[in-house]
Amino acid sequence: MVNTAKFQRIFLYLFLICIAFIMVFPLIWMLGSSFKSNTEIFSSSSLLPKTWNGFGAYVEGWKGVGRVTYNTFFSNSFMLVIPTVVLTVISSALTAYAFARFKFKFKKLLFAFVIGSILLPTEVLIVPQYIMFNKFKWLDSYLPFFVPAGLATYSFFVFMLLQFIRGIPREIDEAAYIDGCSPSRIFLRIILPLSKPALFSAAVFQFVWRWNDFFNPLIYITSVSKFPVSLGLRMAVDVGEMVNWNQNMAMGILSLIPPIIVYIFALKYFVEGIATSGLKG
Amino acid sequence: MLSSKIKSKKTSLNNQNTGYYFLIPWLIGLVSLQIYPFAASLYYSFTDYSIVRSHSFIGLSNYITMLTSDSLFRKALKVTSIYVIFTVPLKLSFALFIAILLNLRVRFINAFRTIYYLPSILGASVGIAILWRFLFNNQGYINVLLSKINIGPINFIGSPDLAIYTISSLAVWQYGSAMILFLAALQQVPQELVEAAKIDGAGRIRVFRSITFPMITPILFFNLIMQTINAFQEFTSPFLITGGGPIHSTYLYGLMLYENAFSYLKMGYASAQSWFLFIVILIFTLLVFKSSTYWTHYQDGDDF
Repeated sequence: MVNTAKFQRIFLYLFLICIAFIMVFPLIWMLGSSFKSNTEIFSSSSLLPKTWNGFGAYVEGWKGVGRVTYNTFFSNSFMLVIPTVVLTVISSALTAYAFARFKFKFKKLLFAFVIGSILLPTEVLIVPQYIMFNKFKWLDSYLPFFVPAGLATYSFFVFMLLQFIRGIPREIDEAAYIDGCSPSRIFLRIILPLSKPALFSAAVFQFVWRWNDFFNPLIYITSVSKFPVSLGLRMAVDVGEMVNWNQNMAMGILSLIPPIIVYIFALKYFVEGIATSGLKG
Repeated sequence: MLSSKIKSKKTSLNNQNTGYYFLIPWLIGLVSLQIYPFAASLYYSFTDYSIVRSHSFIGLSNYITMLTSDSLFRKALKVTSIYVIFTVPLKLSFALFIAILLNLRVRFINAFRTIYYLPSILGASVGIAILWRFLFNNQGYINVLLSKINIGPINFIGSPDLAIYTISSLAVWQYGSAMILFLAALQQVPQELVEAAKIDGAGRIRVFRSITFPMITPILFFNLIMQTINAFQEFTSPFLITGGGPIHSTYLYGLMLYENAFSYLKMGYASAQSWFLFIVILIFTLLVFKSSTYWTHYQDGDDF
């Protein structure tokens, strides 16, 4: 009896490890390929390179396409993503605070809009938004990314922060109010500090999603010098697919590093945030 | 005296205007970036709008064309249905299965969870789409491995019968986000109930069917809706891995909308198609909501 239980246990762990391997082996292969020669990539069945090709693929790949290097693509991505994340978190927290702590007319109706826009497919809005941004002369700039973020249109984060703020005892801010704290001060001094885990996980998700985003840059950004990594990578692959396999793999790996770093640093908050508020993806 | 003070303070804290002050950015966004575009897209769907020339009102023509004479529309609808019907149940059952295993008081649970979730973090990116293209290529790594056991080469990307499943496998690979939610739900199932049932002689399967599963149905409901909506809108992976081909076998709805709106600049027509998608998603969501009273179980029955 003890033996069968032990056997089942071992089998369970073996199975879980197998699954873990299946999950990561494409990534390991990608990493290995970035150090392989082009001929080895499509002939060898080993995950890791047999002959060490060095960082050549990285150095060559980094030169990018035409005159634009990955220096530009990466700094563009950061210039696009970081302000978008900051604006999203601030505007969503303000909105969530209002819904969580105040009574006002049409609250139920307005809240229905929050939920409705989570469920609304973005395709329905994209054409008119594009036409509007075109009229404003915002195309080929990062304004189509910053403005929607600053106006709290990422309803998913509003909902996520709202759920979290509702879990903060009301007595705390009522006590502060009696002591003469204004609602804005309560927001800045009490709600924001106490919501740190939720704000943090919202920032992490938004960073990863915006970093990976391909569709919006594809339609809004047209000059190569403004391309974020996602567009730069796609262009490099289209131009050099048949020749530069290892370079594409190397740049692919580099493009995944910022989200992976953010994910690893944020793990602790991450799991809490997901467990308390739910997640799409 | 103190209580009356608190009361008066409370009412001013609940002052109507204060709430609205904090809502100002969101309200501007709601009106200008959501409600207006929503209405505008409905209007455009009755016109031949194109960004390069003036447009005119053409009534239901877009919808009629779409439903009667656009064979690509029918193709996209078919391909998308196959994609959704294949991807969502597979992804969810895999997510639930792994979550159940991890819930068996597994050690190193955090390490497993971290690894299983990783693909969901990276999944929608260009880097991963390129990786998939290389992995499943005719001479790709999967085929190199298969050739070792004398199978193949299998044309995962070039065959019209298989390509859609290759795209789908990328989505299933990202089951981590659904799994984490299932796991959180499983961990909240009261152990007393499970123990009590065991004492009453219920086996593992019976416990799962009668206790655990009903308790996690709200999360199943949430996952089902979110994953289905996402699957209907898939764009990046077919765009980058197959480009919609071969012979439109991976021509998903999102890809068709993109081409009509931004390649052919038929924005009125694309708006009509986006409304069709919206209505399909709406009907699906309503059906799930309606049916959920029969299969989801809420402990408190109350939210918001």
